[in-house]
Order: sequence, then C-alpha cells, then structure tokens
Amino acid sequence: MLWITNLFPKIGSSYGKEVDNLFWFIFWISLFFFLIVQIAMIYFVVRYRNRREEEVSNIEGNNFLEITWTIIPTIILVIIFFYGVYVFDNFQRRPPANSLEIKVIGHQWWWEFQYPNGYTTRDTLIVPTNKPIKLIMTSTDVIHSFYVRSFRIKEDAVPGRYTWTWFKVVEPGVYDIQCAEYCGSRHSKMIGYIKAVNRNDFESWLASVSKETDLSSLSPVEKGKKLSQIKGCTSCHSVDGSQLVGPTWKGLYSHEVVVLENGKEKKLIADENYLRESILNPNAKIVKGFQNIMPSYQGQLNEDEILSIIEYIKSLK
Amino acid sequence: MLNKLLSHEPRPGILGWLFSTDHKRIALLYFWTIIFIFLIAGIFALLIRTELFLPGKQTVDSDTYNRLFTLHGVMMVFLVIVPLIPAVMGNYLIPLMIGARDVAFPKLNLLSYWIFLAGVIVILSSLIFGAIDTGWTFYTPYSLKTGGGVLLALFGVFIVGFSSILTGLNFVVTIHRLRAPGMTWSKLPLFVWALYATSLMNVISTPVIGITLLLLILERVFGVGFFDPTKGGDPLMFQHFFWFYSHPVVYIMILPGMGIISELIAVHSRKRIFGYWAMAAAIFGIAFIGFIVWAHHMFVSGMSDVARWIFSFLTFFVAVPTGVKIFNWIATLYKGSIRLTTPMLFALSFLFLFTIGGLTGLWLATIATDVYLHDTYFVVAHFHYVMVGGAITAFFGGLFHWFPKITGRMYNENWGRLGAILIFIGFNLTFFPQFLLGMQGMPRRYWDYLPEFTLLNQISTIGSYTIALGVFVSLLILLLAWIRGQKAPENPWGGATLEWKTSSPPPYYNFEEIPHVEHGPYDFEHLLKKEKVSQ
Repeated sequence: MLWITNLFPKIGSSYGKEVDNLFWFIFWISLFFFLIVQIAMIYFVVRYRNRREEEVSNIEGNNFLEITWTIIPTIILVIIFFYGVYVFDNFQRRPPANSLEIKVIGHQWWWEFQYPNGYTTRDTLIVPTNKPIKLIMTSTDVIHSFYVRSFRIKEDAVPGRYTWTWFKVVEPGVYDIQCAEYCGSRHSKMIGYIKAVNRNDFESWLASVSKETDLSSLSPVEKGKKLSQIKGCTSCHSVDGSQLVGPTWKGLYSHEVVVLENGKEKKLIADENYLRESILNPNAKIVKGFQNIMPSYQGQLNEDEILSIIEYIKSLK
Repeated sequence: MLNKLLSHEPRPGILGWLFSTDHKRIALLYFWTIIFIFLIAGIFALLIRTELFLPGKQTVDSDTYNRLFTLHGVMMVFLVIVPLIPAVMGNYLIPLMIGARDVAFPKLNLLSYWIFLAGVIVILSSLIFGAIDTGWTFYTPYSLKTGGGVLLALFGVFIVGFSSILTGLNFVVTIHRLRAPGMTWSKLPLFVWALYATSLMNVISTPVIGITLLLLILERVFGVGFFDPTKGGDPLMFQHFFWFYSHPVVYIMILPGMGIISELIAVHSRKRIFGYWAMAAAIFGIAFIGFIVWAHHMFVSGMSDVARWIFSFLTFFVAVPTGVKIFNWIATLYKGSIRLTTPMLFALSFLFLFTIGGLTGLWLATIATDVYLHDTYFVVAHFHYVMVGGAITAFFGGLFHWFPKITGRMYNENWGRLGAILIFIGFNLTFFPQFLLGMQGMPRRYWDYLPEFTLLNQISTIGSYTIALGVFVSLLILLLAWIRGQKAPENPWGGATLEWKTSSPPPYYNFEEIPHVEHGPYDFEHLLKKEKVSQ
C-alpha cells in the first residue's frame, strides 16, 4: 500500500487526510465497477469469439437487470455526493473563529500577502503552525488560483471580488504555492512558498519585520529598491540586464530607447519624464519588441515613491 | 446563376464538389477539411508534449507554448470533435440509414459547409495576426487584456456556430420527415437516435455561445463592461455563459460517438443491441442532464457554496444513463458471435477508455476532491479519456466500419488492427500518467514544472509519439486502400441497417428504389434466414 499513499504529496494541513480518504473511497468504488465491466467484456470476447452465427442468442434485454444497474449506481452516487459535501462543508469551508486573517492579492505573476498589521510579503507567506489561517483573496489583473497541493486547497483569486479559503498547518516546513488558473506568459513560473514556523518564531518575526514597513528612514535609492520589490516591478523588469517580460532597468536611464507611440516607431532618451509616464501610463509608449501588458500604477504610488523608484533605476548603470 | 452551379448529380472537378448538394459529397468535403485541421492540431499536441519532455525550456518559449495549447484546444473542440461525427458521418449516413434520397434541405446543407469553411479560414487567419493565447475557454479578464488575434478567433468560432445550428436543424427535420415507409421510431438505428439528440442540443445551446462570444467581442472593441470588473462587469458571469454551452458541448461531442459504438458492437457481435429502448432513452437522459450541470466547471471559481452543492448533486446523475449505456453494451456481447475486426477493436478500446474517462469524472463531480484536482493534469487526463478515448476512438471505429461503403474498397484488416492497437497503447501511455501527475499536484497549462514531475511527463511524451504513429498507420492504410484496395461488396459486415442495402459506394440518389422497412436495425436473424432461403 505504500506506493499508493505515495501517489499524493505529503499532507501539511489539518484536513488534508479527510480529502485523501474521500479520494480512496471513490477509488475503490470506481475500481469495483471498472473491473466488473472490463472482466465481463474480456470474458465475453474470449468466450463468444467467432461462434457460428446460428448460436447467437436472440436476447432483447432484461428489465430486471436494467433496473438494477440503474438503481444501484444511483444510490452509490448519492452516497458519494453526501460524503463530498460533508468533507467540503465540515472541513474545507469551516474556518474556526479564531483564524488569523491574511489578505492574498494575485498579480501577473506573483503573490502578495498582507498581514493584519499592514506588513506585506511577496511570494513567501510565513505562517504559524497549529493556528488556523483564513486567506481573503483577490487579484489586481486577471484570474489566478491559489493552489497549495500539500494542503489540498485551491480557490481562485478573482479581480473585483473577494474569495476565501483556509488551512491549519500541522507540520512545520516549506510548501509550494502554484497558480492553477491560467494567467498568461509566466503562469507556470508563478510559484510561491508557504513557510510554516512555530508560533513563537512567527510572533517574533512579525514584530521584527513590522519595523521594516517604515521606509521613511531609507535613502531614495534604497527606498526605490524596496518598493520595486514590494510592488512587483522586478518580476517583469530585471535589474541585471537579463530579459524578462519587460525591458531590463539596467543601463536604461539616459540611454536611447525605441518605442512605439500610437503604432509609430520613435526614438527617445529615457529621462525622468519618460520613466514617470511609463509607470503611470504604460500603454502610451511601448518599447519595441515587448507586449503592451503592464498595468498602470496610477494611484498605487505617490509622487515621493515614484521619484524613489526613478532614483533606483538611475542607480542601475 | 447559382442554381446552375449547384448540382445534386455528380459533376467532375473541384467546382463539381464545392457546389454539390449531394449529402455524401458534402460529408466528404467536411471529412477532408476536418482531417486537415485534426492533423495540424495533432502536430501542435506533439510540440506541446516535446516541450514538456523535460522541465525548463526545450523547444519553444512560454508564449509560444501558450499559443500552442490554445490553438490545439480551439481547433480540436470547435473545428474537429464537435463537427467531426455529425458533419461527416451524420451527413453521409442519416439519409442512407433512414432510407432517404438526401437530407431535408440539401442546399442549406451545402451552405452549412461553406459557413464552416469560412469560420475555419477566419480562425486560421488569426495565426497570421498573432495567435491567441487565452486557452480555448477565453476566460475574462485575461482574454480582454491579451494581444494577438483574439477577435478573429472569437469571430471564427461565432461563424462556425451557425454551421452547427443549421446542420442540427437539417438533421432534425430530415429524421422527422424523410424516413422510408416502415421506418418507425422503434426501427431507427441508435446512431440516428444519437444524432437526433445531438442536433437538438446543437440547436438549443449553440446560440448561447454565439451570444457569449459576441458580448466578448463588443467588450474588447468598445469596452462595454459586461465581464471586466474594472468597468462593473463580472468575470464569473462570463464563466456561467461560457459553460452553459461548453458543458452540453461535451455531450454534443460524445453522444454521436456512443451512437457509432452501438452500431459497431451490434454488427460485429452479430447480436441485437441489449435493451434498445433503454439505450435510446439514455441518450436523451444524458442530453437533458447535460444542460443543467455546467457550473461544475466552477467549483473553485468563488461561486457561492450553495451553487457548488447543487451542481455537484446534479452532476452525479449524468453517470446513471452513462452507466446504463456501458452495461448494455457489455450485455450485448453476451452470447454473441464476436469478430475482432478493426472497427470492433476500436469499439472495445472505447469501452475501456470511456469507462475510465467516465469513472474519473466522479472525483471531479465530488466537491471536496475537485477542490484538490481542479485545473490539474487529472482534469486534462479525464477529458482526453472522454473526448479522444471516447469520441475520436469511436470516429476511427466508424471510419473503418463504413469505409467500404463510402469508398467501395476494402482495407487490409491486419494493418487496420495494428493501427487500432498502436493508438490504444499510445493513448494509455500518454494520458494515464497524467492522472498521476494531477494527483501529485501538477497544474494544467504549465510550460514549466517542478522537477519531481519529470518521469511521468516523459512517459506521456513517448506515448504521444506512439499515438501519432498509430494515426499515421491507420490513415495511410485507408488512403492506400482507397486508391487500390479490393472492391467492397454491398454488405461486407452483414449489417442490418439500410445503408448496407445499396451499392458500395451508393449512387448519388442512394437507392434504386426507396426500401420498405420490415425488420429492425439489429435483426441479424432475419438476414440469416434470407441467406438460407437464397441458398
């Protein structure tokens, strides 16, 4: 039986076992019906192969049999349905009242996690073990799906509405988050991690990082660097010259760029005004060879923050 | 002018074909068009599998990969499996099986083909303007934001829909009005019953996808705000609209295949179908329930929990008539005289693959397990077992079964069997590992994957090449037989349905004399008695 249990990823959440049990319950029922059908088929084919046509029985049907194989499957199917609803309703959709609420925001192509105190992380969600966590999810662009296979959970993050899911981690460790709803170019690269640590470590971690959210003491370049990570700029724009979905920031400032403006090719020098426009109104000028997919950051960054990001780009020579 | 060009009698040349109102010629036009698309979509599938042989980039980048799986899906669903059996075999066989000279509206039939061809050209031309990368489901808001030829592809699918509606209408009227004397409803072959139900579904549900795609086109062009949340629209509304058509379409794809399987199993085991009326009723049971289960595609979409329960509950009932069909097919084999011809091998392979496809649907209908398996490779494997293991396998079985009738030639049985076995083995090698990948947690539409999924992906890729080899062998031997095969007799399999009562290939008017139907579609005893009398 070991090989069968290894077919699933290791369970990390409190109710993962319930889902697996249900899976195997359906498995044995399915296997039973599958074997009946296939064994009968093979037996009949071997037994009645190429007989003389005169021997063929003239059977039109059998009401008893047909009613039997209508009613018995119906009863079994209704049982499976109720078992499914039981697991769904009692475990997957019943977060305890003392759950820690964390906001999840899906972006193309990264996950943003927001703690109750306002601290945000990117792609890595650090949670305490043995504490129920309720995730309130949405998306800023297209539909994503928050899928943690070890927890047996999945729920779409939909722009314009909130969805939710919950889990309680029992085993400390690192679990992968995969995006399960197709969201474009880097869909398969939209991988995050849940790091489950014990309660004390979590509390002290949260207390220490909370100070970090205060960016006011940083220099403009450092502040810009931090912001570009938090806001997701660097998931599309590299800072080392490598090619991602968007043009790299390295050596961008004060150099020539070829852009398409209203479909017409145009050369310009990347100065502060160009960079500012590209952040607030990215579809105005598209760098040649790239797709018009960047969302506007209008309203998401204030003037001071935009300046800091521009300073950071300037520093990447 | 047009009336001069149109002709029911056969005329030579390409124009003679493009303007023929003969249902048999129109069926062959569909056949060549669809086979062409099938081969292209198949090549896309091989490219997808080649890319997935190892994690990371192998042959194509992620954007190209996304376009490949989108085009594979769009072409296979809308241009191949949906029209394949109805437009090719339905067109060819319905008039022959019910003893008619043609369909009720031959000119409308030709128009349906032209509309289909126009849709195909529009969809394929979207390739030139930057292929689409939305997935065949066109989910908003992604389909509103992404570039490429989305509008053209949507418009193409919109056009193709009219072809489905008109063909459906034509078949319904044909089956009602043109049955030969004595061809009562109780003597109708199950293939015709299946096509009748499918046609009704096409007429009822295709307008919904047409309107949905039209709304999406308006949304993209004018930014109206139906589905875009930033304009007050709702992405979930799009999903409801989309699946209201696209779930029934699963049954539009599989019911004609089930119709073929009923014919093949009866003829090649020389025995009447077990429980004829239960089989016909099950077709309509599936068609009806198929309309009220669409939201099971949305169990993790953020839909209300109550809706999830209701649609889970309803979904289970699809399994009941489906089970009846499988049990009755097996019971038909009992005490028959089974001939392992190529069509029969495809039929038995259908019974194996479709049973797996059907049973794995149980995990996806159950909410709690679907939450885990949704949008993983488990789903990919499940619907390929149903769509390819079911519908395409049935089509190949039917193709070999009616090939002598259509071409007047016999194919080589041993090479035919080899093709069937290669496809069967290749299919299981390709898609069974995908169930395991889904259970391990590999999401679908992934260009790159975690290293632990490598081995299963490699087996799957090797399997896909095996399918390609099997399809190549099957189509090649049919092509060779078409060119220089032995002459086929009128009734090589001893079939009891009416298409076997005319020459192979049939004359353009189908029957010298419209037959009087005196016995049922599976009354092989009657044939046997007649043989004895003539001896």
